[in-house]
Amino acid sequence: MAVTVKTFASSNEAATALSSDRTARYLGGGTLVMRALNEGDVSISTVVRANDQALTRIDASGPRITLGAGITFARILSERDLAFLHAPARSIGGPAVRNMGTVGGNLFAPNPYGDFAVALLALDATVAVQGGFGSRDIAIEEFLQSRERQSGALVLSVSCTRPASADAFRYRKVARIKPKGGSVITLAAHLPISGGRIAGARIALGSMAPTQIRAKAAERALEGRTLDAATIAAAASAVTEGTSPSNNALGSAWYRREIVGVHLRRLLSGQE
Amino acid sequence: MSKTPLQFRHNGRDVAIFVDGGTNLLVALRELIGDMTPKFGCGQGGCGTCSVLIDGELHLSCLTLAETVAGRSVETLDGMKQGPNLHPLQRAFADAFAAQCGYCTPGMLMAARALLDRNPSPSRAEVVEAISGNICRCTGYESIINAILAASGGRASA
Repeated sequence: MAVTVKTFASSNEAATALSSDRTARYLGGGTLVMRALNEGDVSISTVVRANDQALTRIDASGPRITLGAGITFARILSERDLAFLHAPARSIGGPAVRNMGTVGGNLFAPNPYGDFAVALLALDATVAVQGGFGSRDIAIEEFLQSRERQSGALVLSVSCTRPASADAFRYRKVARIKPKGGSVITLAAHLPISGGRIAGARIALGSMAPTQIRAKAAERALEGRTLDAATIAAAASAVTEGTSPSNNALGSAWYRREIVGVHLRRLLSGQE
Repeated sequence: MSKTPLQFRHNGRDVAIFVDGGTNLLVALRELIGDMTPKFGCGQGGCGTCSVLIDGELHLSCLTLAETVAGRSVETLDGMKQGPNLHPLQRAFADAFAAQCGYCTPGMLMAARALLDRNPSPSRAEVVEAISGNICRCTGYESIINAILAASGGRASA
């Protein structure tokens, strides 16, 4: 079925068009919306696009970085200043998907995708969205929990604070096919250190619930401690608390619960 | 519903067509321009057989809204050979038995070209990474990887 394509010069106009039409979807890189159209998704009758330069802007000069929603994973991989995000960007798709898929779109990617959003969740990112009545910043955790209701809003950018060191941010995607494949589970950990102890631990998981989630029991096990074997074991044994994984072709819910602690232990221990 | 006029460069030649809203680039290339080299595989971004170059960058034509290539350059396998001569990558695929049923071959060749255009002497690991979005179900990846490495050697010494 043919759809109406509306292309706007500014994200403002695109956001207005998006918020006023329940059958409209925003087209970023195409890997989600074009797939839905190819599968005959009749809930989409309007496709909205914006050629706004602001959507493809990167500000990575200071401690706080901002990525326009239209930034592709290939672009992230080409930016030396974004080295801490290279592992999650590289874990997505093959080269063609990385040339197309965007940071903003990944926030809406359902399981077993959405790996970049796992990294952003561990980094406590902020999502700037524009609705029909103006823009606002939303904590990524809140955004992900309510993303089914966010389809009428346009994501403008995502911001997060750069980790203090390469060791403070860790990422691991478990896939059956390497180097490309859907996620069995995805893990990201941000472990800021203050006075030799972990302060503000964040552990984020993909494919362990309907959306990306934080493993708050594991975070509590790490908070205020040094990263020794006992602390890592405590975090690993607590990591399944609050998770609700599903069965899919890549793995069963049981399997995911069994292995998530093993992979968290390896991630925190610095093992390959 | 009205059609949208669309102009772009297709293998170095200007083309002008009318597309329905939501038409993907693969359908535009095959059904409106008659270039049958990019194939339809999954329609989901999982197989890579519809791969084309847009402004020199590897893209999946089935996930590309046709209208987004207005004014841009689209290259497909159809434009790869030079007159009667096969491109070195095509010659290497033939010599290394890197095509059995041939359905993945157009996408493999475009992914390989995207790699060699940027990196004329890739390592084996870089070749594996470059074709990681392209699925082959019958030839086997080893002969494809060997063909790309052979072609890169040929280009490097040329």
